Amino acid sequence: MKTKVLMFGWEFPPYNSGGLGTACFGLTKALSSKNIDIVFVLPKPVNIKSDKIKIKFAEDQAGMTINPQDYLLAPYKSPDQYQNDKLPGRESVYGNSLFDEIGRYGKNARFIAKEYEFDIIHAHDWMSFPAGIEAKKVSGKPLIVHVHSTEIDRTGGNNINSEIFRIEKTGMETADAVIAVSNLTKKIIVDNYHINPGKIHVVHNGIDVYDYPSIDADSAAVIKLKEMGNKIVLFVGRITVQKGPDYFLKAAKKVLQYNRDVFFVIAGSGDMEHQIITEAAELGISDRVLFAGFLRGEELNKVYRMADLFVMPSVSEPFGITALESVVNGTPVLVSKQSGVKEVLTHVLTADFWDTDEMANKILAVLNYKSLELTLKENSIEQVKNLSWQETARKCIDIYRQILDSYFLRV
Amino acid sequence: MPKVCCYFQVHQPLRIKKYRIFNIGVDGDYFDDSSESDLNNRRVFEKVAGKCYFPANAIILELLKQYPQFKASFSLSGVFLGQAEKFSPQLIESFKALVDTGRVELLSETSHHSLSFIYSPAEFRRQIQLHRRKIKELFGVEPKVFRNTELIFNNNLANEVEGLGFGGILAEGADHILGWRSPNFVYKTKGAKNIKTLLKNYRLSDDIAFRFSSKDWSEYPLTAPKFANWISAINGNGQIVNLFLDYETFGEHQWEDTGIFEFLKSLPGEILKNPGNSFITPSEAVSELEPVGEIDVPQFTSWADTERDLSAWVSNPIQKDALSKLYALENLLTELDNPELLEDWRKLTTSDHFYYMCTKWFSDGDVHKYFNPYETPYEAFISFMNVLTDLELRAKNQKKARQAHVEKIRQELKYA
Repeated sequence: MKTKVLMFGWEFPPYNSGGLGTACFGLTKALSSKNIDIVFVLPKPVNIKSDKIKIKFAEDQAGMTINPQDYLLAPYKSPDQYQNDKLPGRESVYGNSLFDEIGRYGKNARFIAKEYEFDIIHAHDWMSFPAGIEAKKVSGKPLIVHVHSTEIDRTGGNNINSEIFRIEKTGMETADAVIAVSNLTKKIIVDNYHINPGKIHVVHNGIDVYDYPSIDADSAAVIKLKEMGNKIVLFVGRITVQKGPDYFLKAAKKVLQYNRDVFFVIAGSGDMEHQIITEAAELGISDRVLFAGFLRGEELNKVYRMADLFVMPSVSEPFGITALESVVNGTPVLVSKQSGVKEVLTHVLTADFWDTDEMANKILAVLNYKSLELTLKENSIEQVKNLSWQETARKCIDIYRQILDSYFLRV
Repeated sequence: MPKVCCYFQVHQPLRIKKYRIFNIGVDGDYFDDSSESDLNNRRVFEKVAGKCYFPANAIILELLKQYPQFKASFSLSGVFLGQAEKFSPQLIESFKALVDTGRVELLSETSHHSLSFIYSPAEFRRQIQLHRRKIKELFGVEPKVFRNTELIFNNNLANEVEGLGFGGILAEGADHILGWRSPNFVYKTKGAKNIKTLLKNYRLSDDIAFRFSSKDWSEYPLTAPKFANWISAINGNGQIVNLFLDYETFGEHQWEDTGIFEFLKSLPGEILKNPGNSFITPSEAVSELEPVGEIDVPQFTSWADTERDLSAWVSNPIQKDALSKLYALENLLTELDNPELLEDWRKLTTSDHFYYMCTKWFSDGDVHKYFNPYETPYEAFISFMNVLTDLELRAKNQKKARQAHVEKIRQELKYA
């Protein structure tokens, strides 16, 4: 008999702002290929079609369609930013705050839980935890919460939003099992949320290498840039404290003291954007720092392929799918030691996020020694081939079985 | 009646400290890490001396006293001897006491435990000469049998070493060179005239070196009587059993609590219980035993990893790049002939630097990881290349200074 999963998410590609949507997509696709029936619930209607996965919108009133540009898909925004970014005229429809939305999502979840038949509930990140809890309450089915990121990661441990923290903690306490995307995240959950380590399972994210275009098919533009003799060092991520863009700039400054022919490209947007632009100017490196804005799809792949090195200087990175994306695009990576991805991707360079000397040392090594770039590239691409979503899905299914087995014993 | 030939390799590399791009041009000390990490050469040396060299030497000395027929041989790398002189002079004395018994032979090798034979025959010869001088100075003996770094070997090497006057050479008894033949005989090597090749019995050697404490091994626990029986069983189909081991097997790779020292203490006695068995040194083997056949080794072999080839040191692009850039500096440095610069360059030729850059270990065996003081092979490469850049800078500056000096003298002569 097919296992039926009621899954609660918050975003889904192409309407995603970061790794959460990418991860939900990769995982659900792999799960459904392994004979798992999924109803994937999103809070509000967006224009997504999927053959295999049934997508359900919690607010599915007739006649209401959302323009993606208006849709505030922002799981990582703070409630204040959410308020600021809200477009005028929408308040009446959507309630006044992020918490209202999350509360409404939870209420709607009750109806959905009654409407469908399922064996297990799987909720991704805190915005969907209340929905998962409600579904558990009305159905009596076991709940798994999947932690892709915590409030501790997002804030760097400063100015934690106590309401978000509480929602996360309640979700993890109520859940029958917690999935953490890395050992690093598991440790944060144990140390900060005091969740019993016995019920936390580490399941790393994956990537489907064959979904990406072959690297040989490089565009003429890329070749031209390289011919001009410039090196490109890339940052991809939200421009926010968690991702360490300020450390990226400090390292850039040091690199440029040794080599002026380097461009530092920042792809992403976020609350620190103005601060970072100002900082680049203050460091006197504005002419070497380029802001590419938020990119996705083929545009993002192009930027990866153009780069000589991808740097992920995150202060606290539960996983870091972008590192895998960079590798499949043939670009070696330097990640902070405070990132989960290095648990499965070992053919990388690492540095502490605060150690910008070391970061600069390693960036320069890659730029100076071609053989280093080549060896990293060859070995990391081999390694990434084994990090498929199929593997992630297989581990999730094991957890479903385990939870369902013990659940039936209890009943 | 097999004769047991024991050879122990004694080597400690000089590990390069964490050397960043910022050190280039300002820091000429490449090996002086003083942290608590395994890059601190003094710390590692003192640790291994305490765990292995001193206690093992004491046992060997005792065995030599107890059994007049017991013999052994050692190869002490020049980088080991240099560190011993600096960090633990008593250790030199301890080895001298063994050599002074007359039943411990010292072998020849390259002074800096290098891969120089592959990259520069001229440097290879110079390093053998340097090592020979050092051994003579410290122990008053002259080695007669050669062993190359990590038992790296091929036909050309045997021929080259014969030309240098050695009567014997050691090699790995790898399956792909021997085929159906046994390592327990002396062989001639194709292309060489009379030099005799002693081949490691890798099964018996690795039973001690790698499997001694492995609980998954069907023969666990390995006892001295059991091992002596395996030796005796060779009776009739072998002249010699070559047990070639890293000396660090005793107390460092196999810790004291595995019982390795007890094993070492009782093994010679157990072997000699069978009156047909005896011990032999490599140079005795060379003069007493006649080759039974010829081996043909066109490709390099070694004693490392399952491949027994060069891939532990020369397989990925960073290793190849580092080696080619290193040897590209040879002419500049030999031409300058500045002892300090030349010695720094030679310290970079030590094979371990390239072993640390090996990326095979992510999939293949944890042996590399165990022996790697760097977090990743990439860290090893970065520090190495930064150091090499600094060394090149120093050499070029020196060359410029000399040219300026010569020019100045020329000018002075002109106006004199």
